[in-house]
Amino acid sequence: MPSSKSIEFINGAKATIPMIIGAIPFGIIFGTLAESSGLSIWGAMAMSLFVYAGSSQFIALGLLAMGVGPVIIVATTFVVNLRHLLYATALVDKVSHLSHGWRALLAFGLTDEAFAVVNGRYLGRTDTARAHWFFLGSIVAMYGNWQLCTWLGIGLGELFPDMTNWGLDFAMSVTFLGIVIPYLRNKPMWLAVISAATFAIILRDLPHQLGLVVAALSGICIGYASQQIELRIKLAKLVSEGTNTASPYAKSTTKAMNNKARSTKP
Amino acid sequence: MNETMMIAGMALVTFSMRYVMFAMAGRIRFPLWFKQALGYVPPVVLSAIIAPLILMPNGHLDISLANPYFWAALVAAGVGFWRQHLLTTIVVGLLSFVLIKWMVS
Repeated sequence: MPSSKSIEFINGAKATIPMIIGAIPFGIIFGTLAESSGLSIWGAMAMSLFVYAGSSQFIALGLLAMGVGPVIIVATTFVVNLRHLLYATALVDKVSHLSHGWRALLAFGLTDEAFAVVNGRYLGRTDTARAHWFFLGSIVAMYGNWQLCTWLGIGLGELFPDMTNWGLDFAMSVTFLGIVIPYLRNKPMWLAVISAATFAIILRDLPHQLGLVVAALSGICIGYASQQIELRIKLAKLVSEGTNTASPYAKSTTKAMNNKARSTKP
Repeated sequence: MNETMMIAGMALVTFSMRYVMFAMAGRIRFPLWFKQALGYVPPVVLSAIIAPLILMPNGHLDISLANPYFWAALVAAGVGFWRQHLLTTIVVGLLSFVLIKWMVS
């Protein structure tokens, strides 16, 4: 009989299959683009092995092709990957009982895809004692696939030099789109996403991906502010409906509302 | 070597972002407003990354029939909201991209 550890591991890998399908064309296009962007074959492989962050690897290629220096590229990577700090913050309570080695391993593989899959495993569940094996299964599947596709892309890029025009980069867009959709459950989230996308388009030509940073920050502020406004309006309605309610009741409503607001994540 | 330094730097900053919270393991506590704002980060950053890729693949805003990125994304979003299933969204998105690209060329 397989142990529950291996069941968790396999389930983690299985749950990652949709992400892997999106990553295949995306990994291949990274491999094919590398040489024409001015990155060596070994550099492309090393980037996938050690950086292991699809979107920033892709952005780095774009900057390299524009002749941007390594310091700016590292700084851009930092900004683009700031979101992983927030993924880790969301998951830290689930891994804080693990050894440092485990935590480092899981952190290394904490991509957008891993977060979307693993967060789904933890949300609203109490049977999470061995869920770190699920996490690891997801990472191993995603990581292995990413290496394979990079390698394949490098080879294909040599064979078909015009592959870079096939539009395989759409795979990243559609994967991220698929990750965003389940979040869109309430007005503040819609507002946040729409304004971030709008700012990203308007500010696209700012240097060093600064437009992306400004767009993301504006989206977060607008989302949070409209969530607070919505909360106040609901509260005001409640208060005006029952003007004779005692203040302790109103207080507990505020608390309940805040709890509700906290659990709006998918 | 420039390339080695660049990749080492990228690896270092990426791993640090992912690891610092896990390393502190709960010894950092954030206030409620921060956690609430946090909930917006992933969808907001991901859409800020993809919006220019989808709507301006050639460097300028393009929602004409000749932009397969836009139409395929629209189809994928429609399927995504309808089926609420990630694999379906990705596969339908990719297939319609190939199809639309082939039709307009």
